[in-house]
Amino acid sequence: MSSTSELAKPAASATMPATLRRVAIVPARNEEGAIAAVVREIRAFDPGLDVVVIDDGSTDRTAAVAAAAGAHVVRLPFNLGIGGAVQTGFRYALAHGFELAVRLDGDGQHEAYELAKVIEPILAGEADIVVGSRFAARDGHYKGPLPRRVGIRLFAAIVSMLVRQRVTDTTSGFQALNRRGITLFAADYPHDYPEVEATVMVYRHRLRLREVPVTMRERSTGSSSITALRSVYYIAKVSLALFVGLFRRSITPLEEDTE
Amino acid sequence: MTPLVVSIAGAVASVLLIVVIIELIRSRRLRERYALLWLLTGLVLLVFSLWRGGLNTIAGWTGVTGYPPAVLFALGLLFVIVVLLHYSTVISKLSDQNTILAQRLALLEAELQERPRR
Repeated sequence: MSSTSELAKPAASATMPATLRRVAIVPARNEEGAIAAVVREIRAFDPGLDVVVIDDGSTDRTAAVAAAAGAHVVRLPFNLGIGGAVQTGFRYALAHGFELAVRLDGDGQHEAYELAKVIEPILAGEADIVVGSRFAARDGHYKGPLPRRVGIRLFAAIVSMLVRQRVTDTTSGFQALNRRGITLFAADYPHDYPEVEATVMVYRHRLRLREVPVTMRERSTGSSSITALRSVYYIAKVSLALFVGLFRRSITPLEEDTE
Repeated sequence: MTPLVVSIAGAVASVLLIVVIIELIRSRRLRERYALLWLLTGLVLLVFSLWRGGLNTIAGWTGVTGYPPAVLFALGLLFVIVVLLHYSTVISKLSDQNTILAQRLALLEAELQERPRR
């Protein structure tokens, strides 16, 4: 295959085993303006990838728009927050026997063709969970608000120490997981702002974590769920969870795969 | 000046409170979200139990002349009121969500029953 045709059609189907059951989990809240394009891009990237949109208590037409674009839609009766929404997706993946799950946000900040990068180590059997990082590449620059960037860096440093592995982006919702990863997160997933604690959980369960550099778009519609006042709560809550987590000896037992 | 025994008793009680809160989070019986206010309560009470000069200063500001440790009680009471108020908002939200859950469940059940059996 020539490199030009790869660029023209960055489909992963070429390397993806046809029989592998795979699903894209897309949490979305009030994203009627962005969700259709997100779903279509994922389906264009890999038609064999089922898309499930978790509508986290939207008050707009997110669910209808996503369904029209060809996604399965799970409508939560009210807003659970990102952690509860994403875990719903993992439970869906577990219950429906999916062996590979990718997760990306419903606001369009993640590029579907970048999925190949997070899927590749899973297919190679080198990792149980792969996270797309905005900072892993030296030249990649992410233009967010300063306090947010500082917070991300701070938690990245703390988490890197805890998991004895270099982690650069602990807030990334761009991930791929194999069946082990799906099983873990379906059984136990943190609330509110889950990714930092989830990274430590992955380590404590001895799952193999891998970070790969990806680029992300600026948000197209909607606004970030993290505002100035919330970031104070965010830092306090996540710090407390990390601190207390250190003293949690017993890890959550994984449900046995009953299939 | 705050009697030394009162300071020690206050500090011990505050430390106990903090230890219990952390143990509750550790054993997953208390979510971090709800623990934050309690921890703040424990920490503020601990600080003012040990920092006797600070307690006296605040007593001076607020016109508590006879017995400075009364400020400790007032602080404790203030936090209890804030925590209770917070719980009232949580309970209100839970009631609303419970209503929505019951409605969604009833609608689903009706839909299942009306659907012709295959």
